[in-house]
Amino acid sequence: MATLSLETLHYDVVIIGAGGAGLRAAVAAAEQRSKVAVLSKSLLGKAHTVMAEGGIAAALGNLDPYDSWDTHFYDTMVSGHFINNYQMVEIYTKEAPARIFELENWGAVFDRTEDGKILQRPFGAHSFRRLAHVGDRTGKELIRTLQYKVLSLDVDIFQEVTSTRLFVDDEGRIAGVFAYRRDDGQPLVFRAKSLILATGGWGRMYRVTSNSWESTGDGCALALWLGAEVQDMEMIQFHPTGMVWPPGVRGILVTEGVRGEGGLLFNSENERFMLRYDPVRQELSSRDVVSRSIFKEVALGRGSPHGGAWLDIRHRGAQYVKQKLPGMYDQFLKLADVDITRERFEVGPTVHYTMGGIRVQAATGATNIEGLYAAGETAAGLHGANRLGGNSLGDLLVFGRRAGMAAAEYAKARAKWPQLAKNQIEAERKRIVQPFTIESGTNPFMVQETLQALMTAHVGIMRSKQSLTTAMEQFQALRADVERMAASGPIHFNPGWNTIFDVQSLIILAESVIQGAIAREESRGAQWRVDFPEELADLGRVNFVQRLSPGKGLSIEARPIPAMPESLARLFRASAAPGVLRAREEQRHLAKEE
Amino acid sequence: MTALKETTTIYVYRGDASSGQEQPYSVEVSPGMVVLDAIHYIQAHHARDLAVRWNCKAAHCGSCSAEINGRPKLLCKTRIDQYLASGVPIHVRPMKTFPLIRDLVTDVSWNYRVAKKIAPFEPAEPAPFTLFQRDVDRIQEFRRCIECFLCQDICHVLRDHHDQNVYMGPRFMTKLAELEMHPMDASDRIAFTTQQAGIGWCNVTHCCSDVCPEGIQITGNAIIPLKERAADRNWDPLRRLFGHGPSAHVAEHKSKDRQKID
Repeated sequence: MATLSLETLHYDVVIIGAGGAGLRAAVAAAEQRSKVAVLSKSLLGKAHTVMAEGGIAAALGNLDPYDSWDTHFYDTMVSGHFINNYQMVEIYTKEAPARIFELENWGAVFDRTEDGKILQRPFGAHSFRRLAHVGDRTGKELIRTLQYKVLSLDVDIFQEVTSTRLFVDDEGRIAGVFAYRRDDGQPLVFRAKSLILATGGWGRMYRVTSNSWESTGDGCALALWLGAEVQDMEMIQFHPTGMVWPPGVRGILVTEGVRGEGGLLFNSENERFMLRYDPVRQELSSRDVVSRSIFKEVALGRGSPHGGAWLDIRHRGAQYVKQKLPGMYDQFLKLADVDITRERFEVGPTVHYTMGGIRVQAATGATNIEGLYAAGETAAGLHGANRLGGNSLGDLLVFGRRAGMAAAEYAKARAKWPQLAKNQIEAERKRIVQPFTIESGTNPFMVQETLQALMTAHVGIMRSKQSLTTAMEQFQALRADVERMAASGPIHFNPGWNTIFDVQSLIILAESVIQGAIAREESRGAQWRVDFPEELADLGRVNFVQRLSPGKGLSIEARPIPAMPESLARLFRASAAPGVLRAREEQRHLAKEE
Repeated sequence: MTALKETTTIYVYRGDASSGQEQPYSVEVSPGMVVLDAIHYIQAHHARDLAVRWNCKAAHCGSCSAEINGRPKLLCKTRIDQYLASGVPIHVRPMKTFPLIRDLVTDVSWNYRVAKKIAPFEPAEPAPFTLFQRDVDRIQEFRRCIECFLCQDICHVLRDHHDQNVYMGPRFMTKLAELEMHPMDASDRIAFTTQQAGIGWCNVTHCCSDVCPEGIQITGNAIIPLKERAADRNWDPLRRLFGHGPSAHVAEHKSKDRQKID
């Protein structure tokens, strides 16, 4: 194989990932006049953000005037089972409304209320109607708006580039990233004064997932390899409603908006089982609860024909369904031959979101590596043990912007280009083409399938010491196959070769997920341990933090969570969320006056 | 009798800009299978290096655009059972309009260069806006676009006449219409629409609307209204009375404004 000469580029801020967080960070950094590069594994506008459906959660109060940032704060902490970084939650709930108006300023066109404001829809475990949305394609609206905003600025976008290694200088500060262009295999070195990881989650380590192929957690893996800390890796969100039939579409998301718009869940005995599991919130309970409920119904033999539950939206009428859920209508009609305005349809849990990830400072997204930042799904903290629907898109905007600003500041303060050792670059350049030299090696597609099978079977919704030990044993057995993944054919646009790097990311992350799930001996949010069914107060005060050390491998420790200040802590001693209490108070007041 | 798994043969274009040809591959059929599933099956079992671009596999991202039996389609949204039922063999080829990188992957970067030339949304006043649903229904239709570029692929101005240097294509007519029809937009792109964007080159054959996987009425709802706006601006009847007829104008504008997009 002919070796291509190395191309070296210089940027103040390099952003890896072109989803919502990466693009919002790019806007923020460019506005500070930083020279910015965005590295994207796929084409611009195709990142996983485009698949988000339901909406962006922000306490605008357009329909429910009692909504407020502290009510949103309350809902988010309760749903995250209190292992969230409360400072991130406070920042998020206070800033989300401004980020939505900003999108409108940049051309986003949200669905409207009767009086011409941004319409907000109800969603699971939100006290009020809170999700700004565009039908069932809100993620597309967000990414398209940011994409055209970025195109109007002076930002260099590198499409279809895989990033394989981060570099630090002698003092341990970020120095750059090694990457290659997928269309021709051209190796690239980006020298960077600061760098933002915005690469999304790692749902692709599971077989049944709503995630696109890109969601292999590259940024989180790059951070681990560099010595950055990660946390809450055991917290994998199963969205309660993915498609289950036919096999080719298993896992594709069915938006929570279906239940938000009134959809009801039934088991094979025509029972609305959510009334039993959560009589108050019912179908709009939090995602961890609804997923577990469907899982239990199937396990008890009350599942739908292909192992899920029935979802029914027919009572809202065909016209309404087609207007509010056009994507869902089309998706079922085209891919499953089901008209959801006339028939109920099967849904089941699908891996949707990774709450864990890179440990960051709340205000800036700074990691423990100087000059390295993270934002969006690849960072941890905002969502705790279970993410509220609609809090992900807002996360991208709020923390993408903050990371962009902080990285630009850091780059400005750094006068000289960081040193970058030549031998490190040379070593990486050899490493990436090495799979072409392996004879009778393993097939990366098959290695990924094996990993997905073991994670799905043993590290799924229901976990136990036994299942996790089995997972770890099978995982260790897979290592030899990972080392010998081979590529063949030309180097330009070679999916087999590209997949090797995806799998390498998934492997280190899968190990940390299993290790985290073993460590947390309790049930909390997305972590359901049948051998430890209770939520334990002591474990509610810690995050499990992991790091990778040369020679020592992956280590884990329980790190205490700082206590909330009294002004926030007192909210949780009340009987309900602040806005709900204010609404009740007002009603009492009105009743008295009458 | 043992139940044999059903298999079928799918013909996939293999090759790059220098040379290539279709290759037959045997694929195991499963219920509800789409063409992209078949391509993945081929990758995993026969040809690891088979190049295909895809992301979401749910028709949201518009990455897996290609031509199936000559028709521009999303691989992830095209079921194979419809072909099996009618006994028609499946031939998968890359989009013809764009330069081939390899196999089913084409270089669509021209579209992003074009996108950068369009003046961005310019709010007449700062958000939050007061806008009613009826004000935004039409632009929301345009904003359903997944940028799969199938409309660009089918457009004969680009596909057969290679006039990328004078016409931006249906995707960007939709983009321009979306911006022009936004009630809060303060920018004026009509001159740009007729000149740099080259709307006059569209002769309303509706091919783009027919292939749009989002069902956007590109010709009817975006291009024709834009042409009307441009006509109102450039060729109003009073001017016509004084001898500046539309046909003369069109010819003049087309020769004068053959500006390169690229």
